Amino acid sequence: MIDMETMNVDINQEKKIPGSLDQLFIITKYELLNYFRSRRFLILLIIGLIIDLLLTGIIGYYRPQSFLSSSLSFYSGWVGNSITFIIILSAIFFGGDSISGEFQNKTGFFIASRPIRRSSIYTGKWIASFIASFLIIIIFLAITIANGVYYFGASVPYQLWDALAFSILYLAAVLGFAFFFSSLFKSSAYSIIVTVILFLFAFTLIQFIVSSLVGIEPWFIITYASGIISNIFTVPFPPHVVTTVTHLGHGRTLTTTTYNATISEGLIIMAGYFIISTLLGLFVFEKREFN
Amino acid sequence: MDENVIEAINLTKKYGSFTALSKLNLNLSGSKCVGFLGPNGAGKTTTLKIFTDLIRPSSGQAMINGVNVQSNKKKALSDCSALIETPEIYPSMTVREALSLVAELRGVPRSERTSQIEEVVAEVKMSDWLDKNVGKFSKGMKQRVNIASTLIGNPSIILLDEPTSGLDPRGMAEVREIVKSLKKKDRLIFMSSHLLNEVADVCDEVAMIDHGKLLAYGPLEEITDKFSTVDDSAEAQFSRPIDESINSQISRIDNIVSVEKIDSRTVKIKYTGGLKSQEYILATLAGMQIGLVGFKSSSTRLEDTYLNLIKETL
Ligand SMILES: Nc1ncnc2c1ncn2[C@@H]1O[C@H](COP(=O)(O)OP(=O)(O)OP(=O)(O)O)[C@@H](O)[C@H]1O
Ligand SMILES: [Mg+2]
Repeated sequence: MIDMETMNVDINQEKKIPGSLDQLFIITKYELLNYFRSRRFLILLIIGLIIDLLLTGIIGYYRPQSFLSSSLSFYSGWVGNSITFIIILSAIFFGGDSISGEFQNKTGFFIASRPIRRSSIYTGKWIASFIASFLIIIIFLAITIANGVYYFGASVPYQLWDALAFSILYLAAVLGFAFFFSSLFKSSAYSIIVTVILFLFAFTLIQFIVSSLVGIEPWFIITYASGIISNIFTVPFPPHVVTTVTHLGHGRTLTTTTYNATISEGLIIMAGYFIISTLLGLFVFEKREFN
Repeated sequence: MDENVIEAINLTKKYGSFTALSKLNLNLSGSKCVGFLGPNGAGKTTTLKIFTDLIRPSSGQAMINGVNVQSNKKKALSDCSALIETPEIYPSMTVREALSLVAELRGVPRSERTSQIEEVVAEVKMSDWLDKNVGKFSKGMKQRVNIASTLIGNPSIILLDEPTSGLDPRGMAEVREIVKSLKKKDRLIFMSSHLLNEVADVCDEVAMIDHGKLLAYGPLEEITDKFSTVDDSAEAQFSRPIDESINSQISRIDNIVSVEKIDSRTVKIKYTGGLKSQEYILATLAGMQIGLVGFKSSSTRLEDTYLNLIKETL
């Protein structure tokens, strides 16, 4: 039995519900616990480690010149090519069904009917996804650096830290987006599929069409902004606009234009995506009904 | 002393052109259990969901202790817990972890958390499962954990949507006991149910709803007196066979309408006058020294009330 005697004493005292910020971190804590328990974290960690191990093995065995000519090209080849992929996978794993799953599996009812603001639930879950993804990225980078130190010694180029900082902002933007779709759909599968399609295919495709064929700078595409993560390793930084004229014979030429986001442009686009998608997602979640 | 109050003011919920809840006005207060009755689709869950901000009313207000749930959910629910339908708990969490989450959210002090979790889990008879993952639990076991979660933090107001659904007979009886013990301790419980005997057993008042409209609300006795066309009845069991003379002795007790023999040791008594006369009849029977060993009132009047009211709106 509950201790009814003591309950009678304090029954009409104000029940002290923790502040919204405290509640937010409680949600974060249990969400992280859930990631670790449900093996989501483990699976993604294994994917990250497999990429690391493949690169370690291939570089160690084939000694490709493209990687080993300088420490900058080493980190460029390793991080530049895989970090955005890992970020996108993390966002899909941790964010893709974060909110939609709460509706589909009815787990949302367990928490949403308690004295807690919805924004605390949303933000708490968001931060948990961010921390989990960040851990994966750090572990991935640790192995990268271990390899780099083996080939080039302890001096890590500053571009790697820049790339890490850009990656963190990119992660925030991609997670914001994943959370937005996750609160838009009631089915986990839909929200995950939409996020996958957008980030792995659609954005790059639109980016290509807009810049190469139409000749407009794709400043509104987030994957365009994420180009700064790999471009930072190129010295000097690639020019903003590259126009290539291809001679097709018979005096005809094809002009294609490639754009590279400048660093400040990339950061602004990513920050914009982060802020707008997070606010929209929060707004949608606040309005959603638990049916 | 502050009273526990749940108040619906012109509460309306529309889904497109369909009205699930229509201008519900209800004011519940004090320490008691109010049964919420109505057929499938009547609007019971809709009402309770609005009170926990799971859905928003199209118009009207839901107030808990004077605080509007829609504009200040956290404050409104600070002393109120709810179990709506059967929520799922993260499958990879243990019962202890799931309840710790609730305890932390409700601000149960760290020093009391463990003991409180163990107490509420004992109350729903799940102590052996405290550190097991919820994922593989049966529906009834999950429901027990859900019920335990509503007791965390000792809220004064508890909303329950068919709390015994999915429970085995013993589980149902246990939940009824929990509800009874709660209302003795200054709790206001608002509970929807399809089980009329359950409502007759634990509830002091009933609210009946159909097609989103409130049909009746008041003390159980008053409502049944008003709408039931049958008499109260009870079955009395005796350790010895009942002969004709005893039978006629029984039928001469005040307020008894008829006595009908079911078998040699059991009679069915019909009577008027509600709980008061039930109490009197039971005392008299016991005083007659004729071997009374059991007395079970049946809920036919509530059932009759229900059928009369619900039929009327079709
Ligand atoms: N999301 C929704 N969209 C449309 N109609 C809905 C929605 N949710 C509920 N309804 C309708 O609202 C009405 C009331 O439903 P509610 O769940 O409140 O009934 P109930 O009294 O709890 O019934 P039951 O006893 O079966 O649990 C039903 O007719 C239902 O179909
Ligand atoms: Mg219902």
